[in-house]
Amino acid sequence: MNRIKTIRDLKESVQHGGCGECQTAQPCE
Amino acid sequence: MVHQYQLNGYNIVLDTCSGSIHCVDEVAYDIIALYPNMPEEQIVSEILEKFGEKEQITEQDVRECIQDVKALEAAGKLYTEDTFQPLAFDFKAKNTVIKALCLHVAHTCNLNCSYCFASQGKYQGERALMSLEVGKQAIDFLIAHSGSRTNLEVDFFGGEPLMNWDVVKQIVAYAREQEKIHHKNFRFTLTTNGILIDDDVIEFSNREMSNVVLSLDGRKEVHDHLRKNYAGEGSYDSIVPKFQEFVKARGDKSYYIRGTFTHNNTDFTNDIFHMADLGFTELSMEPVVCAPSDPYALTKEDLPVLFEQYEILAKEMLKREKEGRGFTFYHYMLDLTHGPCIYKRISGCGSGTEYMAVTPWGDLYPCHQFVGDEGYRLGDIWEGVTNTEVQNDFKYCNAYARKECADCWAKLYCSGGCAANAYHATGNIRGIYEYGCELFKKRIECAIMLKVAESEEGLS
Repeated sequence: MNRIKTIRDLKESVQHGGCGECQTAQPCE
Repeated sequence: MVHQYQLNGYNIVLDTCSGSIHCVDEVAYDIIALYPNMPEEQIVSEILEKFGEKEQITEQDVRECIQDVKALEAAGKLYTEDTFQPLAFDFKAKNTVIKALCLHVAHTCNLNCSYCFASQGKYQGERALMSLEVGKQAIDFLIAHSGSRTNLEVDFFGGEPLMNWDVVKQIVAYAREQEKIHHKNFRFTLTTNGILIDDDVIEFSNREMSNVVLSLDGRKEVHDHLRKNYAGEGSYDSIVPKFQEFVKARGDKSYYIRGTFTHNNTDFTNDIFHMADLGFTELSMEPVVCAPSDPYALTKEDLPVLFEQYEILAKEMLKREKEGRGFTFYHYMLDLTHGPCIYKRISGCGSGTEYMAVTPWGDLYPCHQFVGDEGYRLGDIWEGVTNTEVQNDFKYCNAYARKECADCWAKLYCSGGCAANAYHATGNIRGIYEYGCELFKKRIECAIMLKVAESEEGLS
């Protein structure tokens, strides 16, 4: 029986984040 | 760090540092809480004692669930270690570009709202209108300091910006010329009380403004109690038809109706529902931030009432969504799959660094809520930032700036909170505005619950 259902990986975004193009928890651009 | 809570029949587990969200049954909910600090055999016996007879749970069931928890931990989706703190300071120290300006085109207003943080638009100073010359220099300043950023933002703010409408239109035209030359993309926002909306404002805004923010506090008696003109008359009847016409003409372009609630209307969900019943679907309702001595200030005794209101709001939103008449609420909008990266979630709004406010005469402040406080003047749009001491203070305003936030599950949602609220509540931009924290955490719990419900009920 599956008692846990899991619904963006923040750790992954360390590598690909920080471009700053998003607007001033914003769609990533 | 893991945060667990139960809301609207859902058992929700949030893994703060991976961003993972799990919807679990009661058995898994308890196992996840026990797992970090209890030997496996003891977990098995405790769970069997609690659920064994009632739920017909077997030892094998419990051990399988523990294995699932271990698998999630190994996959980095549960009990994820916080390794982000070094990023907070590296990122801020390197980052010196500006990407957004709030232009105070009018330090004057045609309303006399009691709770106005800007002291009826004058910001504790003289009435003033921004000249086109200052507006153009602000655009030049933004472009010159934007580095490689393509997307730039300009908010037209006040006071009441429509009291300087011709200059607003000329600044937009100038920015459109400059964006072609410099390969930038300007996004404009207009915040208005609605009194001066006419066909020209609607047509121009719907062509040029990425977003419009329309101030309405909800029910007529609530709105008119604090949002009066200088003759003491409420403004509801004159603005609501204009807002309805504006929004109808806007099509699918962004807008939202922004209200403020106070101690006078702690049943603020009724004001939100009133907005929805008027035909508006993009809604925001903010707690007033004012001196505790003000007669409309929210009190500690109001908190449980407000918590309940946020839950009522979330449940009603789900109900209306199912009925095909849904609406959005600013603080319940979460983009779980394509939302902001960790850098954004650490650093927040960027006030004083990426984002600044410009007064009608060209002075720079960290954001619109600091304008008029001379100690926070950063410089001006001709010389740039000269008060680097204050700017450095803002560089370190982030989710890791306060030791009190170290163990807070919500810090990567609030990014350390609003510096202006902290300053006005505690006298320090890195202080803790505890009242705001409590409301914020409740809103995020409701927002995540809505996402879980949408997923579980196939609404997303």
